[in-house]
Amino acid sequence: MTLPLPQTFRTGDTPLPDIVILTHKLTRAYDMGGEVVRALQGVSIQIRKNEYVAVMGPSGSGKSTLMNLIGCLDTPTSGEYWLNGQKVSDLVDDELARIRNKEIGFVFQTFNLLPRANALHNVELPLIYAGHGARERRAQAARALERVGLGDRMEHRPNELSGGQRQRVAIARALVNDPSILLADEPTGNLDSTTSAEIMAVFRDLHRQGQTIVMVTHEHDIAAHAARVVTLRDGLIASDQLQAA
Amino acid sequence: MPVFEALRLALQTIRAQKLKSGFSLLGVFIGVASLIGAWSIVNGVNRYMTEKFAQTLFGVNTFQLRRRPIFTPNVPDSVWRAWARRPRIRFSDAEALSDGFTVPVVTAWQSSENNTVSYRDKQARDIELTAASERYFEIKNLRLATGRAFTAQENRSGAAVAVLGDAVAQRLFVDRAPLGRNVRIGGMTYRVIGVVEKQGSVLGFPLDRFVVVPALSPAQNLVNPPGILDAFLVKARTEPEMRLAMDQAEGIMRSRRHLRPRQDDNFALDTSEGVQRFWAGISRILVVVLPGVVVVSLVIGGIVIMNIMLMSVAERTREIGLRKSLGARRRDVLRQFLAESAAIATVGAAFGVVAGIALTFLIAAASPLPASVSPVSIVLGVVMGAGVGVVAGVYPASRAARLDPIAALRQE
Repeated sequence: MTLPLPQTFRTGDTPLPDIVILTHKLTRAYDMGGEVVRALQGVSIQIRKNEYVAVMGPSGSGKSTLMNLIGCLDTPTSGEYWLNGQKVSDLVDDELARIRNKEIGFVFQTFNLLPRANALHNVELPLIYAGHGARERRAQAARALERVGLGDRMEHRPNELSGGQRQRVAIARALVNDPSILLADEPTGNLDSTTSAEIMAVFRDLHRQGQTIVMVTHEHDIAAHAARVVTLRDGLIASDQLQAA
Repeated sequence: MPVFEALRLALQTIRAQKLKSGFSLLGVFIGVASLIGAWSIVNGVNRYMTEKFAQTLFGVNTFQLRRRPIFTPNVPDSVWRAWARRPRIRFSDAEALSDGFTVPVVTAWQSSENNTVSYRDKQARDIELTAASERYFEIKNLRLATGRAFTAQENRSGAAVAVLGDAVAQRLFVDRAPLGRNVRIGGMTYRVIGVVEKQGSVLGFPLDRFVVVPALSPAQNLVNPPGILDAFLVKARTEPEMRLAMDQAEGIMRSRRHLRPRQDDNFALDTSEGVQRFWAGISRILVVVLPGVVVVSLVIGGIVIMNIMLMSVAERTREIGLRKSLGARRRDVLRQFLAESAAIATVGAAFGVVAGIALTFLIAAASPLPASVSPVSIVLGVVMGAGVGVVAGVYPASRAARLDPIAALRQE
């Protein structure tokens, strides 16, 4: 079963104002040594502000490709991608970097913290590329760490933190620029079930505070935390359903 | 990312990876240290030659009349034989010149030969015994530490008095006062009336192993046949006056020797320029060879840095992917790695400067070479070092900047 789109989007249209993410017939093909792999074969999806969406699907279904496109790490072969009212599918490299910096907060399965930098400095990173001054950066990073309950761990390095704390540092880093979407790629993939629950609680709180969240996962009990589940299969949307919280 | 941020990050990385950074800056370190060290030696010898040698040892605005030039590298045998056939300089030549000058000059006679000086049972061998006239001290800038030089009166009357070089006084008298004591020079007894201030050494040759006696005193027979001089020293007040005096000396000598207009001089008029010309030749060679050595070590240093930076980029692929995902543009990544390699090289160059200066002092202290640090070499060293860093960083940094963030993030 697939949810009807809020707007029947045609090329040349602009998305409705409360649509944060809109993809229209998005395709992505890779040239793997002469053989063309069609990872996405026309994905149209619309996500409103403050939605909490889980993207599921078996490996090879195209969910990582979709994730990379939504995260502006990659550009589509064809189709449109609108993020927060701006068409980003035809932007060039440096413009995409700016979009990533301003609009997207990444949370990775492997945390991806800089091992030699303390929590505060890790959270500051996006602000450096946003061009903020040192004092402002520190204050903003400290606020983000307090938001995820790590106000007392700012000076700690990643190896002095537990797995759950590391992922919370990564979430603080994702939030520090006040992004339009929080984009999480298997955020609990490297965590035990207790810690996973802890991270899901953080996501729930952020969602309640109005944050739009898109989360890629292959675990059903993690996807169960989201309000909407999109399932991909063979580069197409197989199902898109709302579920009770 | 502002440049300042990139630099701060670079220094952090260097501090965090001390050993690796240490190795990578070694090449630049050696390059800059050798640049400053070698430059310092050339610079030191240069200054020595132009300042101390020309002014102190030879004398400012001074020329010497000799049978043949004093400093003559690479002279063919035939020329040597021709010089050996020339007539020698006679007392009468010196007197004629003294009478003939129309510019105010100070003159002195000089003849030298090695001999032994002894006091009681102590002997000082291989001492330069110089028979000279009284203005010799003035022309050669020899100041007395104790006692006095001999007078014109004593010179004319051939008094048996001697002025000792510092090393000779030390050798013969150790810590006794030398003044008034009798030394023996070639079987003749001389009374010590003065000791000259310590002169040190030039390029390893000691300058304090000499005895000066009046030109007409008994020991004159030990240095030259009767009536013969090694050199007639003439000191003018200014350079133009010296040139004038040289012209006059040439004219007088030519007429005394009955030389026809076509004939060459059969005597030499030497200035400190001759010695300096010789040195300039050597230092020109050094100036050509030295940059070669420095360039080679800097190129090697650059290659080392480039390799280490490539390694660093490979190791930190994930970090680069992360930074890009957080909004780093190509130029941010490029700047980060360029700053890092420039910082490594500059730190290497800074250590190289310190080591080069230390090396210079070491050379100056441990060897006869008068090394002296040149500020230009420090500036040049640091600039070249940093430049090598930037150049060596371009390729690794652009590779880092071109990395695909997705692939970079996926890397283990």
